[in-house]
Amino acid sequence: MASATTTTQTVGLSSPPEKLSIMARLRKGDEIAFLVTFASALSIVLITVLLVQRLWADSVLSRHLFSWHFLHTSTWDPVQDQFGALPFIYGTVVTALLSLVMAVPVGIGAAIFLAELAPRKVSNVLTFMIELLAAVPSVIFGLLGIFIMLPLLNHYIVPIIQQIFGFLPIFQGKFYGVSYFSASCVLAIMIVPFIVSISREVLIAVPQSQREAMMALGATKWDVTWRAVFPYAKRGIIGSIFLALARALGETMAVTMVIGNVPKISASLFAPGYTIAAVIANEFTEATGDLYISALIELGLVLFAVTMIINAIARILMLGMARQESTL
Amino acid sequence: MGSVSFEEFMTRRLLLTGALTAAVLTLSIIGCKSSGSGSEPVTLNGAGSTFAYPLYSAWSSEYAKLHPGLQINYQSIGSGGGIRQVSEGTVDFGGTDGPMTEQQLADAKSKRVTNILHFPVALGADVPVYNVPGVKADLNFTANALAGIFLGKIAKWNDPEIAKANPGVNLPPDQIVVCHRSDGSGTTYVWVDYLAKVSPEWKSKIGVATSVSWPVGIGGKGNEGVAGFVRQTPNSIGYVELVYAIQNKMTYGEVQNTTDKFIKADLNSVTAAAAGAVASMPADFRVSITNAPGADAYPVSSFTWMLVPQDFKDAEKGKALKAFLLWGITDGQASTQKLSYAPLAKSVVDKELELIKTLHY
Repeated sequence: MASATTTTQTVGLSSPPEKLSIMARLRKGDEIAFLVTFASALSIVLITVLLVQRLWADSVLSRHLFSWHFLHTSTWDPVQDQFGALPFIYGTVVTALLSLVMAVPVGIGAAIFLAELAPRKVSNVLTFMIELLAAVPSVIFGLLGIFIMLPLLNHYIVPIIQQIFGFLPIFQGKFYGVSYFSASCVLAIMIVPFIVSISREVLIAVPQSQREAMMALGATKWDVTWRAVFPYAKRGIIGSIFLALARALGETMAVTMVIGNVPKISASLFAPGYTIAAVIANEFTEATGDLYISALIELGLVLFAVTMIINAIARILMLGMARQESTL
Repeated sequence: MGSVSFEEFMTRRLLLTGALTAAVLTLSIIGCKSSGSGSEPVTLNGAGSTFAYPLYSAWSSEYAKLHPGLQINYQSIGSGGGIRQVSEGTVDFGGTDGPMTEQQLADAKSKRVTNILHFPVALGADVPVYNVPGVKADLNFTANALAGIFLGKIAKWNDPEIAKANPGVNLPPDQIVVCHRSDGSGTTYVWVDYLAKVSPEWKSKIGVATSVSWPVGIGGKGNEGVAGFVRQTPNSIGYVELVYAIQNKMTYGEVQNTTDKFIKADLNSVTAAAAGAVASMPADFRVSITNAPGADAYPVSSFTWMLVPQDFKDAEKGKALKAFLLWGITDGQASTQKLSYAPLAKSVVDKELELIKTLHY
C-alpha cells in the first residue's frame, strides 16, 4: 500500500500540473467516495423500483379482472381461472409472526449469554457454530423438517400441547404433521442465527464505561446487563429482529416442504396451510394460462406489500417505544 | 480545492469510461470472431418436462458419443415452461407431459410462424401409494373408489367401494388422509385426467390441469414430498410416478381398467395402454391415453412428448434435431427401458415416422 502511494506521488510530481490535481483529488477521494457510495445506494433503490414496476406491469391482467377481490377471496382454482390470495396472505403472516414468537426470546437470550456471561473463548466457538447454521441451505432444513421434526412433533410435542392447551381453538384438530405450526418451527430455527449473531455484536459494542458506571453503583452482573447494556443495544437488537422477520416472510423451500400446501384458512395452528412464497414456487414453473401467470405475479406484488406493511408497523412500534423512553 | 472544476473532472471521467467501454467491446467482438472461425459444434437446446429429464439427459450423452460434433442441452424447467419457451423460440425443442391446447398452438404459430408438432418419446404412468396399518397385500382400486377418495366422498378405508375389490383384506374403519402434489406437474395432469375420464363429477367440478383446486387432502412437494407424507402418515393415500415408485421400491396398488381387470402398473402394461389407444390416435398425437382400451392396458398412463417446430431458420440445426428425434424413437428406446420408462409400442413409432416426414427440413 505504502509503496503504491509513493509511486503515485512521484508520477504526479513529474506530470503536468492539471494531472497532478486530479491525482490529488483522487487521493483525497471525497468526490470519488461520494459518487461510488451514491451509485451503490442508487442501484439498490433502482433494483427495488424496477422489481415493483415489473411486478406491477406483469400482473395487469389479474389486477384488472379481480381488483380488490384478489385480496379478500379464498378460491384458488387454476382450471376455472378463479384466483384469491387471502389464504396465502394469512399463512405468510401467521407463520412469520409465530416463528418470531419462538425465535426472539431464544435468540436474544443466547446473544446475552454469548456477549455478557460466557467466557470469550467459549463465546467465539459457539458463535461460529451458530453462524454456520445460517449458511445451511433451506432445502436441508425442509428435509430435516419432514423426516425428523415432523415425527417428533407428531409423537411427543403436539400431544402434550393438546393435552394442556387443547381447549384453545388454535391448538385443536387432528395433527398430520404438516401445518402452520411445523412451518413456524422450521422458520424459527432458520432465523435464530440472524438474531443471535447480530445481537451479540451489538451487545459487545456497548462501551465498557456503561458497564463500569453501573458496577460502580454496586449493581450485580445481571443488573448491569439488563439496565445498562441491554437498553443501550436495544435498537441494534430490534434491527436484527427485522432482518429475521424479512427472512421468515420470504422463505420458500423449507416452508413449502412442511406447511401442507392447502389454500384454506384454519383457526388451528395444527392445520395445514399455505404461504405466498410457497405457492409461487410450487405453481409458477407449470403455469400456462396468461391469467394464471398474471395472478402468480400479483402474489409476488402482494408479498412485497405485506413485507412493507409489517415493516412499517414494526418501525412505528419502535418509534413509539423510543418516545416513551425520552419522556421517562 | 484544486485547479480542475468538478464539471471538468466529471467530463474527464466520462471520457475515460467511454474509452474503456469501447476497448472492452472491441476485445469481445474480436473474441467472438476468433471463436466462430473454428469448426463450430452444433448445439441443440431443449427445455421442459421434469419427468422426462432423466431420459433426455441419458439420450444426449449417448447420442453425443455417436455424433461427437453435436451437443444437446436440456433444462428441466417444467412442462409449462417448456411449452412457453418453444413457443417463444428461445429453445430448439420442448418437452411436455400434457399436450398443448388449441389456444397455445395458435399463440405459438403467431409467434414463430410455424407449427409446433408433438412427438411421443416415451411413456409414463402414475400409481396409487398408500399406508394402511395392518394391510400387507397390494390393494385393488376400482375407478369409482379412486374418484370417490380424491373427491372426499369415500372417507373411510372400510368403505364398501374399496372393500368389494379387496376380498379377504381386513380394512380398518379409519379416516382416509389424501395427499396430492402441491407443485404443478405432469404427474398431477395424468392423475386428474384419469379421474375426469372415469368420474363425470370430477370432470365438471374440478377439471384437468397441472394444478387443480383439490376438494380434499394435503399437498406434498414433488414425488418425494408425497411419498414422504404417505410413509409417515397412517391411513394415507397419494399418487406418484411409476418410475419413482419402482426406483424407491415402494408398494403400490392395482387399478381397474376398461375391461374391469385390475392391472398392476409395469413397463409392459403401460406400453399396452399406448398400443390400445393407437387405433383412435389423431395424426398430431395430442391425445391422452388414460383409461385406454385393451385387456392388459394400465389405465393411468401417459405419453411424454417432444415439441418440435415444423420449420427451422438454421437448416443445419434442423437436420441435427430431426436426426436426434429419429434416433430417440427408434434406437433410443433401449435406454428408455433402462430408466424405467415404458418404451413406445411399434404401432406408435410407425405412425411417428409418418409425421417426421412432414418436417420442412
